[in-house]
Amino acid sequence: MKSQIEISDLYKIFGPNPETVLKQARAGMEKTGILEKTAHTVALSGINLKIEKGEIFVIMGLSGSGKSTLLRHFNRLIEPTHGRIFFNGTDIMSMSPAELNIFRKRRMSMIFQHFVLMPHRMVIDNVAFGLEIQKISRKICYEKARKWIEIVDLQEYERSYPAELSGGMQQRVGIARALCTNPDILLMDEAFSSLDPMIRSEMQNKLLTLHKQLGKTIIFITHDLEEALHLGHRIAILKDGQISQIGTPSEILFKPKDDYVRGFTKNVNRTRILPIRTIMRPVPLQLSGETIESALHHMQKAHVNHGYVVMDKKYQGIVSRKQLEKIPEEQRKNKALNVIETQNGPPTLDSSMTIDKALIPALRYNHDLPVMNLTDGQLYGIITREDIASLLDKKDWDTAPILP
Amino acid sequence: MFPDFGRYVQNFINENVNYIIFNFGDSFEAAANFLLIFLVGLERGLQAIPPWAIICLVGLLAYTAGRRITMALLLMSLMFLIGALGLWDQAIQTVAIILIAIMISVIIGLPTGILIARSSFFYTVITPFLDLMQTIPSFVYLLPVAMLFGLGKVPAILATVIYSTPPLVRLTSLGIRSVNAEIIEVARAFGSTPSQILRKVEIPLALPLIMQGLNQTIMMALSMVVVASMIGARGVGEIILLGLQRNDPGQGFLGGIVIVILAIIFDRISQSFGIRMQDYKRTSS
Repeated sequence: MKSQIEISDLYKIFGPNPETVLKQARAGMEKTGILEKTAHTVALSGINLKIEKGEIFVIMGLSGSGKSTLLRHFNRLIEPTHGRIFFNGTDIMSMSPAELNIFRKRRMSMIFQHFVLMPHRMVIDNVAFGLEIQKISRKICYEKARKWIEIVDLQEYERSYPAELSGGMQQRVGIARALCTNPDILLMDEAFSSLDPMIRSEMQNKLLTLHKQLGKTIIFITHDLEEALHLGHRIAILKDGQISQIGTPSEILFKPKDDYVRGFTKNVNRTRILPIRTIMRPVPLQLSGETIESALHHMQKAHVNHGYVVMDKKYQGIVSRKQLEKIPEEQRKNKALNVIETQNGPPTLDSSMTIDKALIPALRYNHDLPVMNLTDGQLYGIITREDIASLLDKKDWDTAPILP
Repeated sequence: MFPDFGRYVQNFINENVNYIIFNFGDSFEAAANFLLIFLVGLERGLQAIPPWAIICLVGLLAYTAGRRITMALLLMSLMFLIGALGLWDQAIQTVAIILIAIMISVIIGLPTGILIARSSFFYTVITPFLDLMQTIPSFVYLLPVAMLFGLGKVPAILATVIYSTPPLVRLTSLGIRSVNAEIIEVARAFGSTPSQILRKVEIPLALPLIMQGLNQTIMMALSMVVVASMIGARGVGEIILLGLQRNDPGQGFLGGIVIVILAIIFDRISQSFGIRMQDYKRTSS
């Protein structure tokens, strides 16, 4: 199947004579060497990317890495020196200016770091801007704009001017403006970087919720690795105009391709980013409708002190060996496992929660924690205290467990 | 020590001016008559309105521009003062000339301003002409213009336009050039055409500066009134000129006061419009 966006062999060189410099860059000359010799800046070199429909693709890099330049190639706000850009198989580079404008109107919207609302327009006119330039009647423009203003929770500010809003509110207007044209793809250029930390994480979660509801492809630029790991399904790390690595958050964290990527991931609190499922192990002993005697027998055989009770495919709780041994021997044979005995077990964890949610239960209970699917009650596996500890300990990183 | 260029230049200009007058004089006069029809129409129209109605109109304009009742009342009483000084008709004649001159300035100035904002080539070519128009003494071109169009109102309007258009061109260009590049990028990212960018983003955002330019244009047009009366334009300028010629300082003073009053009225109304256009910058805290 074709990817929604495909970029192949993209180069961007800034300077008076990019074509001749392109040859040198393609021949493998270093960026700094080219700058010294020809006074041209190689902003992007040899970029190859595939972005799938519906994914959140994060491009992450430090300032000057070319990430904003790369983003502006998706809608050709910047023309590449060399390379091709495909959207659903059509070559964006072959579009005429009129076709390109239609493409920008319908397919892609952009959200900017400094919001860049139009100061002379009220909130509603800002949100409706994308539709207005499509020459859609004012009534329909306003109807749709109102819907999006409501979704970003700014109903009372519909008739305010941008100068009257806080930064977070302005960026919500920016998001509403981008979504109002119902594009297939959202381009977000450091959209949350100039917001306060608290507002920022609030906006990140809002974005994730919106993404779940709308399923749009999002291409997100950031210089903040935690943000990239939190939001991204896949992350491309950009350095000096070249892609160092593309991968899922856990691949970036645990299989860094080079020292540059490793340097980035060094100070990240992994427990706040990785979901529990990445360190989940299979259930050592699953008990169901058997009698207490056979349950004890299973425990002895498996050399464990705890069993996880599952009935009708639903997780019920933990029983310990001590608990079962308290029961008089003559009752063990005909008494079935009882749920009441498991009431004081640890809270249940969902496999998609981040690992930091498991820290407190792990400190409080001296056994492995059950992991399940909270929506259907199925037991998926367990996480061990040792695995959490080794995640927190930087020395253990190369040996930390990682499951796909 | 110096080569004698002056005489050649002088002769060259004289010959060319004569040539133009002999060959194209008629078509210039036809154009002048066209302009004259407008001017006379406007003048007659303004004179047909009873003074109290004009005073009320000024008050209404001042109020819609600034939303301040004291300002409106002040400007109305200043208008009344013009009538009380006995120069009402002359003031109306002057206003008619100035309004026509401003209209022509706007028709020429706005597109030129946009053009030199867009193209640095035209910017370098046109800017020296703007300097020339603002600095060259008006008598230098008054004579040939009067020869071409005949004495009267039309050359007066042209002289006024030449002198008063540059600030509008400059400030329009400055306004458009100073629109935030990021906002233009937003408009492009949403698929705006160049003309949509101009109409929906650049001009609205440049409007406060354009209004400032218009205000300057009006002020400079008023300052040309006396010069214009020297080539036969009627109005307040003529009163001042007569006062000078008859050694009647009192009459000159009266004319001067009326010009100042007209300047205040035009200035306050156009400034208030300009300020209200920037209301969106105010934060409600």
